[in-house]
Amino acid sequence: MIEQIFPNVEWPMMWEATYETIYMTLISVVITFILGIALGLLLFLTSKGNLWENKIVYAITTAVVNIFRSIPFIILIVLLIPFTRTLLGTIRGADAALPALIIGAAPFYARMVEIALREIDKGVIEAARSMGAKVSTIVFKVLIPESMPALISGITVTAIALVGYTAMAGVIGAGGLGNLAFLDGFQRSRDDVTLAATIIILIIVFIIQFIGDFFTNKLDKR
Amino acid sequence: MITISDVKKVFKTKTGSLTAVDKVNLKIKEGEIFGVIGYSGAGKSTLIRMLNGLEQPSEGKVDINGKLISSIKGGDLRKARQKISMIFQHFNLLWSRTVSENISFPLEIAGVPKQERQKRVNELIELVGLEGRGDAYPAQLSGGQKQRVGIARALANDPEVLLCDEATSALDPQTTDSILELLVDINKRLGLTIVLITHEMHVIRKICHRVAVMEGGKVVELGNVLDVFKQPKENITKRFVQQVTEPEETKDTIEHLLNEYQDGRVIKLTFVGESAEQPVVTNLIRSFDLQVNILQGKISQTQNGAYGSLFIHLHGKQDELDRAIEFLEAASVGVEVITHD
Repeated sequence: MIEQIFPNVEWPMMWEATYETIYMTLISVVITFILGIALGLLLFLTSKGNLWENKIVYAITTAVVNIFRSIPFIILIVLLIPFTRTLLGTIRGADAALPALIIGAAPFYARMVEIALREIDKGVIEAARSMGAKVSTIVFKVLIPESMPALISGITVTAIALVGYTAMAGVIGAGGLGNLAFLDGFQRSRDDVTLAATIIILIIVFIIQFIGDFFTNKLDKR
Repeated sequence: MITISDVKKVFKTKTGSLTAVDKVNLKIKEGEIFGVIGYSGAGKSTLIRMLNGLEQPSEGKVDINGKLISSIKGGDLRKARQKISMIFQHFNLLWSRTVSENISFPLEIAGVPKQERQKRVNELIELVGLEGRGDAYPAQLSGGQKQRVGIARALANDPEVLLCDEATSALDPQTTDSILELLVDINKRLGLTIVLITHEMHVIRKICHRVAVMEGGKVVELGNVLDVFKQPKENITKRFVQQVTEPEETKDTIEHLLNEYQDGRVIKLTFVGESAEQPVVTNLIRSFDLQVNILQGKISQTQNGAYGSLFIHLHGKQDELDRAIEFLEAASVGVEVITHD
């Protein structure tokens, strides 16, 4: 039955590509989450009227975030080739896609983090200050826990965008389902391979959305 | 205990500068419940925020128990804040934490070990009457219960001063009263100094020992709550006092009666402290050949004694009326003959 619908699909290759896609997504999501929160916190804390209000730092961070957020991902990959080569010694393979994926996604996520932090009631921050809390205490015990549902739904959106990015990263030989669909499916006119890769990508996206929604709801006590 | 000397706060705005607090001098005694009343924009919110260093004064000094709050910074200020707690109009609880975890938060900040925290949290939950709700989240509580959590949280580190920033303004009248009773109870039991700001005279009347009236950044009137009720000097104070002593409809009613009874006298009697307990009206009716018509009356309890007002209409011969008024004036009640404006 399955063989009739997908006559040309070589399943071991398909599973390997799936593994590569999941690997690239997972690693880049984890690093983007950490880096994005750090950047988002910097944006939030240095913005006007906040704890570390600092026009210069805010302006520089904003500029960097905006620049990297504006560059189309496919171009970013190409621009980062020299950087990746110095960092990893190669530009092939799933690992080689990671710098571009992270640098592409982290600024995007940082903006979402900043928005999530702005949503926090100013009064709660004031209350923590009135109790004598340090900035680090406010960050780890107020800002992050209070914005967690928004941080999780933000990383869900980012993770789904990253699945799309991994497909584009396939172009530079990063492997994964996008690469397989393009080389084996499109260029060799095997539509069933493209279809199978697409279905697997859709399943991955649905699973990410499900996990994201689950945790967002679980953590939201409002 | 708290000394505020020549404190001034100027905010820079786009159009120039705004003086929120203007040369304020106050001394607040230990164990006192001190109220600051004013309309919004009077500067009371800025004033109370200078007591725990959330705002720094542009000029002047704030001294609490020998610590110069207006000039200490960093770790010293954070340490001092642990002893100057604050509760808020909108409670400002962390929704991501349960009731117990919210109360535990200031203890975590102070570095109290986990086991002691647990013990202290349980004591506090009992103190504010929230037994059994320790594992609830703020979203599951009513406004009054949220403020109780706020109070428990504020008391966690055994503060010397409790600052109340419009703490009952978001609550319904009944809940307001129960929260105010809790504050009085805490004040008596723990000897805690309480500074509160409000725009409701009801709050001042019910729990404060002394009151400062603020207008345009300045303290325009200051004194014992009963004295201020008895003899409000400034117009703004009179308006605040009327909030409690004269319901809205009084003015209309009096106006109506003045038109109705052209020949009599409408008199407002004010009773303060002991005079509120004398049978003045009975004596008036027995001694004079007058018709006495009681129009409206109200007695308010303050922390320093009772305060009441009574509107009566007297009808009779002119000389009998004059003598009756003399009699009333001699009986240590305030007498005010109401006439058309």
